[in-house]
Amino acid sequence: MTDLLLADIQGPEIDYAGLSPLFALAGGTVIVLMAALFRGPFVQRTLVPALTLTSLGAAVGLTIWQWETGDLEPIVENALAVDTLALGAGLIFYAAAALTVVISLRDEAVRSAGAGEYFALLLASVTGMVVFASAENLITLFVGIELLSIPLYALCAAEVRRAASLEAGLKYLIIGSLGSATLLYGLAMIYGATGATDYGAIATALDDTVGLDDPLLLIGIALAATGLAFKASVAPFHQWSPDVYQGAPTPITAFMATATKAAAFVAILRLFDHALGLEQLNWGPALAALAAVTIVIGNVGALMQRSLKRLLAWSGVAQAGYLLAGVVVGTELGLKATYFYLAAYLFMNVAAFAVVVARERVSETGDDLKSFEGLGQASPLLAWPMTIAMLGLAGIPATAGFIGKFYLIDAAVDGEYAWLGVLIVVGSMISLAYYLRVVATMWMGGIEVELPSGRKVRPVGGWSPEADARAQPEVTGVAILCAAATIFFGIVPSPLFDLARDVGTSLSHLL
Amino acid sequence: MTIHLSIVLFLPLAGAVVGAFLPAARSHWGVLAGSVGTALYAIVLAFDFDRGADGLQYVTDDTWISELGIHWSLGVDGLNVWLILLTALLWVGAIVYGWRAERFRTRQRPALFWFHVALAETAVLGAFMAQDLAVFVFFFDLMLVPFFFLIGQWGEENRVPATIKMMIYTLVGSLLMLAGAVALGVLSTPEGGHISFALADLQQNTLGEGTQQWIFLLFAAAFLVKAPVFPLHGWMPDAYRAAPLPVLVVFSAIVSKVGVYGFLRIVLPILPDASVHFQDLMIAFAVVSILYGSVIAFAQDDTRLVVGYSSIAQLGFILLGIFSLDPKGSQGAVMQMVNHGLVAAGLFFAIAALARRSGGSELLSRMGGIAFRAPALAALLLILAFATLAMPGTANFVGELLILFGAFEDEFTWGLIAAIGVVLASVYMIRFFIRAMHNEPGEGVQSREACALELGVIAPVVAVIVALGVYPQVILDGSEKGAEQAGAAVEQVQQPEVSAIR
Repeated sequence: MTDLLLADIQGPEIDYAGLSPLFALAGGTVIVLMAALFRGPFVQRTLVPALTLTSLGAAVGLTIWQWETGDLEPIVENALAVDTLALGAGLIFYAAAALTVVISLRDEAVRSAGAGEYFALLLASVTGMVVFASAENLITLFVGIELLSIPLYALCAAEVRRAASLEAGLKYLIIGSLGSATLLYGLAMIYGATGATDYGAIATALDDTVGLDDPLLLIGIALAATGLAFKASVAPFHQWSPDVYQGAPTPITAFMATATKAAAFVAILRLFDHALGLEQLNWGPALAALAAVTIVIGNVGALMQRSLKRLLAWSGVAQAGYLLAGVVVGTELGLKATYFYLAAYLFMNVAAFAVVVARERVSETGDDLKSFEGLGQASPLLAWPMTIAMLGLAGIPATAGFIGKFYLIDAAVDGEYAWLGVLIVVGSMISLAYYLRVVATMWMGGIEVELPSGRKVRPVGGWSPEADARAQPEVTGVAILCAAATIFFGIVPSPLFDLARDVGTSLSHLL
Repeated sequence: MTIHLSIVLFLPLAGAVVGAFLPAARSHWGVLAGSVGTALYAIVLAFDFDRGADGLQYVTDDTWISELGIHWSLGVDGLNVWLILLTALLWVGAIVYGWRAERFRTRQRPALFWFHVALAETAVLGAFMAQDLAVFVFFFDLMLVPFFFLIGQWGEENRVPATIKMMIYTLVGSLLMLAGAVALGVLSTPEGGHISFALADLQQNTLGEGTQQWIFLLFAAAFLVKAPVFPLHGWMPDAYRAAPLPVLVVFSAIVSKVGVYGFLRIVLPILPDASVHFQDLMIAFAVVSILYGSVIAFAQDDTRLVVGYSSIAQLGFILLGIFSLDPKGSQGAVMQMVNHGLVAAGLFFAIAALARRSGGSELLSRMGGIAFRAPALAALLLILAFATLAMPGTANFVGELLILFGAFEDEFTWGLIAAIGVVLASVYMIRFFIRAMHNEPGEGVQSREACALELGVIAPVVAVIVALGVYPQVILDGSEKGAEQAGAAVEQVQQPEVSAIR
């Protein structure tokens, strides 16, 4: 009897190998949460972070195992892709999360939220990002965005005793929900117009049955773009980001600035280049206008910031504008350039945020520019990574940022958006004013600090007597590592190019 | 395929890395060793260089970033061989001076200072040697980083606003050029072909005239700001006043040439139609710069700015020579780049010497009567002043004459106006000499003869100036082929017009 019943039911074909990185992450989430139930400093301070890193490491290993170039068929009834774009995006998330774990180790947020919750939420968010970035189906896309966002709302408010952190969490929750709702509305309309939720089926429908100027479809695309723009902090949907970035615990800010942005852009690339590729003539100019607005607003907004976290938030808005140029053109070159820049952006941004973390814990002036005065003299090991990060973000040669911008401009000109290429450099010019101000503050500002007699301390802004006791070798390590990677990939970019080339093969129908 | 140029290029940086591991007080030895090695290597290359041959020599060409079609491509020809030699030699002088002069000995963080000095040398040499547009842009932009730190960290009063101003001015130009360079590479790729930024490939595929024009403007923005040329010189006075003197020597003598060199190396061969189209505009910039620079130099009290504004005038001449679009003019421009490099370096070293005798002031009003007990120093400065005003018998005379010949050929009126600049140069240089060396001694002036260090840096420069004055043929021979090649594409564009008139 049971045999007969089972024979009739056709369960979905599940490719467990393809899903294995997700299993590593989801399993890791559960294990970390369980392990943290045990008390004791060893478990809380060493074992839990170690398990988190192990889970991320396992995901990296499984990703490399699954690595196969080409335009592969999606798995799980066309719901998830395991192509190089998804896996390559995964590598960025894992790297960002691992670096975040390291700079969080002795953070106030971990203490007040509890190590288990903090790291489990981080892993859950990474899981969501992987789903989001590999979604080949409108429903999966929405599940992904929610799965990545909800842990982040909680993480932003992790420092429960600091009002700014709670405010950031609440603000992110409200704006994020608005974004999700808009996205859902748009996805519903796209479904209404095409009658399909699979990206492949939507593309086919656009090819034969649905008119490209179908108003329902166009409204759907516009709403979906708006929803995703919230996540990618593309202007004019960026207003939340400076406040949230400033209020959230700094390691989480670093994670949001790099991983969330990467996830959003990969999802945008996949939705627009794959499902809506044929509509490029319609959405291309619209997204190009958004990119232009974003570049200008982001860079102008950053000009007057004194808080480094706010400054990096605004600069993140501007960088989103540059990245959008790679999406606008809808070509394989654009896809590769976007991926390359996302990877370069990871290193530059994490280096900068790691230095902010190190200074913030020590200095009385927090992340204000004042905390960085005289840093070049007081601790060159922090000042150099920050300098390299700033020069990289500004696109100065010998950093990965230069090559990345070169690649993006190349893609923009090649895709007949030369004006957008010129706008990228105009944005970079404006950005110099604030990036160089940080560099100048560190190296060229002479400051006077009253020192207690008998102690040999080098003057640095926001100095306090307790400063030295809380040196953070692992944070400095992350900063130096990321800065070194920024320089290395600026001079020998071929490993990143190889990665980008593999990623470029994943959407084969692109030009 | 040789590796010589890569060695010349990276020796200074290698020296700096070695220096970084020495004790801080001895870090200069590493940099000095690196730059002396580069200078010796460059001398050997320059003598070994075949002046009669066509095309590039000592070519290095490897794939660097294949996805972007960027080649690690370096080469030397008549256009850049003397500039490379000049760079290598002047850097040694600047390093020796910066290390020995007491004002700079108390400097903080010496290892970092020397690292930036070496990085600057590598970047400048790279920009001169590059035969791939992307490599050129790479080094051209990289050049700014060490100078930003050198001026901003170790400069004089008001150094921070001055450096930020300089960086913004020059990077605006440089980044526009970056966009122009990428556009040039992408748009001149034939349909289905692989993108390439090699200058030789870019020369093959000429773009449409409209495209050439907007790309030309992007490049011109970078090069004119770098030079600087009126009206894009706004950063110059502040930066010149703020820069530490050994840095200013190489900055004024060498870095300003990279911009005008870019016109000869990149713009004329690759954008010939646009060069012809914008010829009048560029010549107008050049002539206005000549007149403006000369007149303002006459009114300056700060000796640094006298030389600074005279540089604007000199660079105006060089620009005029290039955009006379005549081989003679280009040849004169190459000659004048070397000459002005030598003169500017010599003058700045002399200014340092003068300041040590006038109680540390670099103002003309505080100087005077310095020649009294320093006849040798006065004689050296006099030769430098004569060279600046292009007295017959100096190589500057030959250079400016060629430039004016080139200009008269095509643009008689502009050439005539520019010739006024030659007269004005004598006015401001003689004023400089008289105010500093003769007149009533200023307060706090203590005249004494040049010391070994001062003689050691100024005398060789003056010796080379005199030698070139006697035998300018050395440079003319080498640059003739280079100038012809640079102008070949433009000539092809101009040819139909000429034949139509005939």
